[in-house]
Amino acid sequence: MPGEAPDLFAGDAPPAAEPAGEPTALVVPRDFLELAELAIRHSDAERFALLYSLLWDGRRDPGLLRNPAEARMVRLHAMARAVRRDAHKMHAFVRFREIDTPDGERSVAWFEPEHHIVEAEAGFFQRRFAALRWSILTPRRCAHWDGEAVTFTASARRADAPAADAAEDLWRTYFASIFNPARLKPDAMRAEMPKKYWKNLPEARIIPALMQGAEARMRAMLGQEPRAPARRQKAGRDPAA
Amino acid sequence: MELRAKLALLADAAKYDASCASSGSEKRDSTQGGLGSTEGMGICHAYAPDGRCISLLKLLLTNACIFDCAYCINRATSNIRRARFTVDEVVRLTLAFYRRNYIEGLFLSSGIIRSADYTMEQLIRVARTLREQHGFLGYIHLKTIPDAAPELLAEAGRWADRLSINVELPQVASLRELAPEKDLPGIHDAMGELSTHIAEAREARQTARRAAPPRFAPAGQSTQMIIGADNSTDGQILGTSDGLYKQFKLRRVYYSAYSPIPEASAALPPQPPPLLREHRLYQADWLLRFYDFTTEEILSGGEDGMLDLEADPKLAWALKHRDDFPLDLNKAPREALLRVPGLGARNVNRILEARRHSRVKLADLARLRVPLRKVAPFLVAPDHRPPPGQIDATGLRQKLLNPSAFAAAQPAQLSLAL
Repeated sequence: MPGEAPDLFAGDAPPAAEPAGEPTALVVPRDFLELAELAIRHSDAERFALLYSLLWDGRRDPGLLRNPAEARMVRLHAMARAVRRDAHKMHAFVRFREIDTPDGERSVAWFEPEHHIVEAEAGFFQRRFAALRWSILTPRRCAHWDGEAVTFTASARRADAPAADAAEDLWRTYFASIFNPARLKPDAMRAEMPKKYWKNLPEARIIPALMQGAEARMRAMLGQEPRAPARRQKAGRDPAA
Repeated sequence: MELRAKLALLADAAKYDASCASSGSEKRDSTQGGLGSTEGMGICHAYAPDGRCISLLKLLLTNACIFDCAYCINRATSNIRRARFTVDEVVRLTLAFYRRNYIEGLFLSSGIIRSADYTMEQLIRVARTLREQHGFLGYIHLKTIPDAAPELLAEAGRWADRLSINVELPQVASLRELAPEKDLPGIHDAMGELSTHIAEAREARQTARRAAPPRFAPAGQSTQMIIGADNSTDGQILGTSDGLYKQFKLRRVYYSAYSPIPEASAALPPQPPPLLREHRLYQADWLLRFYDFTTEEILSGGEDGMLDLEADPKLAWALKHRDDFPLDLNKAPREALLRVPGLGARNVNRILEARRHSRVKLADLARLRVPLRKVAPFLVAPDHRPPPGQIDATGLRQKLLNPSAFAAAQPAQLSLAL
């Protein structure tokens, strides 16, 4: 959309100045801006060079930045996809542990993102957990919410986060019970919950035991003789709570 | 019974319900108070070793039941231990898990105790307590008891994001035999009622000027059918789904392969779950909803009302409609490209976009991660022309079948995998 102000690539982008000196407005598609904003969080050190080369060539060939099949655009899309996936996994796999502090209860999590996403994704946790006081510690950046504003501090270590939480035992009980041993599909599980995340997921430590026990549980169910039906429960009888 | 033992029993009893979706509700967050948010996209917080997403705390309020459905572990004559949560216990578990970011919310179902109305009231009390006393803004899915009074259904929709009533079996005859207390016309009446409420609330939301109109299940309603417990064909199952989508605007029909259970009924001896058949039905369901296929077209890919288990339903259809191929990658309209085996809806959109800039080659598709081996026989491109006669060769089917493809593909990713 040439000529529209919101499409101007301005401000915080790497400078794509004319070598001759006279600055000219650089017009890029809105979708490209969104894509660049994601890709720039990627941990690949070449992301800036890639964006620069696309912007440079995009001046002479405006269609380039809209073409999803061009080789560099494919790479940019892949970077954006990786960042989006990392963000989604952060929303999913952050696990808070509650601790008492002099200022009251605080929820603290340790998470290891692959890309530079902590600042961009803090808003998700702020919107969801505005009523709590929380900190998300990572090896890249840390985010803290005190009920008023999100603040960021430098990287932390795993040992800075609490080591356990009282609810985790119940959570593991749930994880074990909702699993259906007759449908064992560990590859599908690992595709969506790669092993690199397991060390920070309290439920992951029981996965090996669940997998080992599954086959025997399945065999027992397939081999069982039907027992005589129980006497029918009467309407009105509640089981003991 | 202590809380942990109840949790183990009543989560175990809830796992045969396939749905764990937490997507497609209204947007809301806690910046103005309360706890939680829903931002449209569902989140899977964990995956069990069965490969299934864990998004919600899925529980039965009680596994006691006055119904005697042969396929169900909780049926009245099953020899299992019975337990019942108090309303407060479910509320505390939900909040404790939610605050720690384990879950998106609660999926609460129940065996039928005393009466339909009494059971529905108990489910509603949990949802109402979460919303009113604790300002809970996370996702709530409530199982709906079809025979419950209309005012109870209306209240359930005020608190829940999604409601569901399971039809379980696609034929009246099977229901009569295996789930004698279930009443299909009654289920349809209740679905119709929910569908009317949902549509009214949606319209009110669109036309509302100031105050937010009363909400009703903004994530709609869904249902589930058990696969392999009766003799229904895939055609009967898909026909039932198609009817439910059209008649009641369901968001989803879930297919749950009948799974061996402890304490199985003598009427249904345990057998390994038909997982591949379930997978094909999900693929077919996707073709029905997003690829403009009719049930008749989908079934024409198989034999005798059953889907082809070896080939995915789009490939099976294409192999029986070879005259329609090969298509010109740069000329074929959208609806034709959607029928090419190996091309998903998202990639079709990308191809259409790329076509505006230059001629699209097969090599471009490789970069879009399209499975070339699968699409090649069905497409003509500037850098590719299938060998003459290939499309009609009898060996084509065998060449295209890849037995390892199933292990990697998952129903949740079908939009891309097809």
